[in-house]
Amino acid sequence: MIGTLPRSRSIPRPGHPFGATVHHVQGTPVKIHEYQAKAILARHGVPVPRGEVAFSAEEAGAIARRLGGGVTVVKAQIHAGGRGKGGGVKVVKDAAAAEETAKQILGMTLVTHQTGPEGRKVERLLVEEGVKIAKELYLGLLVDRAAGCPILMASAEGGMDIEEVAESNPDAIKKVAISPVTGLAAFQARQLAFGIGIDPAHVNKAVKVMQAIYETFIATDASMIEINPLIVTEGGDLIALDAKVTFDDNALYKHQEFRDLRDLAEEDPLEIEASKFSLNYIRLDGTIGCMVNGAGLAMATMDIIKLAGGAPANFLDVGGGANAEQIRNAFKILMSDTNVKAVFINIFGGILRCDVLAEGVIAAVKELGVPVPIVIRMEGTNVEQGKAMLRDSGLNFTTADTMGDGADRVVALAR
Amino acid sequence: MAVLIDKSTRLIVQGLTGREGTFHAKAAAAYGTNVVGGVTPGKGGSEHEGFAVFNTVADAVAKTSANASVIFVPPPFAADAIMEAADAGIELIVCITEGIPVLDTMKALAFMKGRPSRLIGPNCPGLITAGQAKAGIIPGHICTEGRVGIVSKSGTLTYEAIHQLTKLGFGQTTCIGIGGDPLIGTSFIDALELFAGDAQTEAVVMIGEIGGSAEQEAAAWIQAHFKKPVVGFIAGQTAPPGRRMGHAGAIISGGKGTADEKMAALSAAGVTVVNSPADIGQAIASRL
Repeated sequence: MIGTLPRSRSIPRPGHPFGATVHHVQGTPVKIHEYQAKAILARHGVPVPRGEVAFSAEEAGAIARRLGGGVTVVKAQIHAGGRGKGGGVKVVKDAAAAEETAKQILGMTLVTHQTGPEGRKVERLLVEEGVKIAKELYLGLLVDRAAGCPILMASAEGGMDIEEVAESNPDAIKKVAISPVTGLAAFQARQLAFGIGIDPAHVNKAVKVMQAIYETFIATDASMIEINPLIVTEGGDLIALDAKVTFDDNALYKHQEFRDLRDLAEEDPLEIEASKFSLNYIRLDGTIGCMVNGAGLAMATMDIIKLAGGAPANFLDVGGGANAEQIRNAFKILMSDTNVKAVFINIFGGILRCDVLAEGVIAAVKELGVPVPIVIRMEGTNVEQGKAMLRDSGLNFTTADTMGDGADRVVALAR
Repeated sequence: MAVLIDKSTRLIVQGLTGREGTFHAKAAAAYGTNVVGGVTPGKGGSEHEGFAVFNTVADAVAKTSANASVIFVPPPFAADAIMEAADAGIELIVCITEGIPVLDTMKALAFMKGRPSRLIGPNCPGLITAGQAKAGIIPGHICTEGRVGIVSKSGTLTYEAIHQLTKLGFGQTTCIGIGGDPLIGTSFIDALELFAGDAQTEAVVMIGEIGGSAEQEAAAWIQAHFKKPVVGFIAGQTAPPGRRMGHAGAIISGGKGTADEKMAALSAAGVTVVNSPADIGQAIASRL
């Protein structure tokens, strides 16, 4: 399959668009914080509380004073939900208390249901003015696979996980399917607003907010925007009190400005390293390093390792057109994970020939001196030639005839 | 018999003169596919590796009566290529390109509504009818003409299934890679409907993966309508939630789209679900 354009490449030169080289790489995902999501939404007309990001307690105090020095909200900025329950969101009465609270939250390891037990270290805070909440609502916008178009969802049960609401009270969620031709029509937004019981006096404001969210979605090539909660203030204003924006990785080539929003402290160092080599790598917590071509086979390889009683250390798709250089880079990444006790290479050579793969593996192992057992299962084009090369290399490879056999062997070797 | 593509198919390649387009146009022709030309804007009237080049799909259709197109065009231009093919009346459009923005695919699919074209993909290996013709990147030499149809979200897992069916002597009718993107032109159900109507196809291998609910919808459809044996495998049984596993559509979000849900739905519909992709061929043997 043809890869996405790599980060460093712009769109192919005008005049030769179809003749351009297409690389087999994945775009690097960009995840953003709440404060960044709110800034983007505000630019498109979605009302958000006044606030700024702080990297130190002093900054947090100064921001709170600039906001008027009254009731202030201090919110930990990590790439995970559930921050409030984990103790990462505090409402305080004045700027001095904001600074004191910031001191406590900054540097703490926040554990939520989305961070895993290891948690995330808090290095940034969003400091916002406090607002008086009369009502909490929910708005969510995403491309629905079955409908083939964006769906805007609304619920009167703001502040709750939408999945929980979908389980416990599905009728509370109102949805409209949006035509890619017309965009979100005002009547659809009104339907939702009335449907979730917004006071008729505020319905027009709600329509404006929904249309601004849709505009943000299209302008940024988002894959999901979630405003939870959207609040109605005591004064009757609608404000996005929390916001999550997820981008479509495939569309990032259109939005160079989003690359600066990446927070490397939130990403796994090995995944950052792999992204430099355009390798599609996700770190897991097992002991068997996996090197596979194709996303489906890479997932299936993790599954078969589990079935054999082991645990995969990673997902790694080297791509259909992997070359010797990519295999070398992949080994480097796998070997940087100190949990890896054995490596399983599982390749179906379609376009990628087994002899080319064998050559790449032999060269990489000779150069890098891979210190753990390596099990290779390959099948497909020129497989006999590839196997002979591995046998004759003088290196200590274990070869397997089937995926199941390979998984059994690598699990035994990792013990 | 078989479905969608055969010896009578007249195939063009959009993006013919690019590296991928050239390689796979030659491979398709070598397999016996009737490749009648290609499209590269600005290079119309020339010849490339023995194939006639046209500026537009409409030109290619007018001159060659092409009825199928395979697209090897970079992601920023691929949705446009799909629409161009649909506008020219191409019946079967196969988009190999990975990395098309979802909103672009959405527009292309909206454009196709009401037009008679079928889209396979995007982000797929294409399709092959064993012994007859292919559009895409599935290696021809691993296939043998036979009795089993394949429909799959994954490229290399399709090759695995093909290989096992060949080794066990079942062979294949048509193998359809429907693609790993969230929005695709041809669903599992669409492909199963085609196989239902094909006398040569005696059983079907269905390969799904985490993300979305297309497999669950297919399970319900199979239970209600599909009489032939189906063997299923779902990739991503050990995938962590919230992470995109290579394919744009392969993500468990909000606890939904897990392999467990999909496997349970398929089993309940009478599909023989295998836990290991190595067991696909044997499972077919048990059902035929």
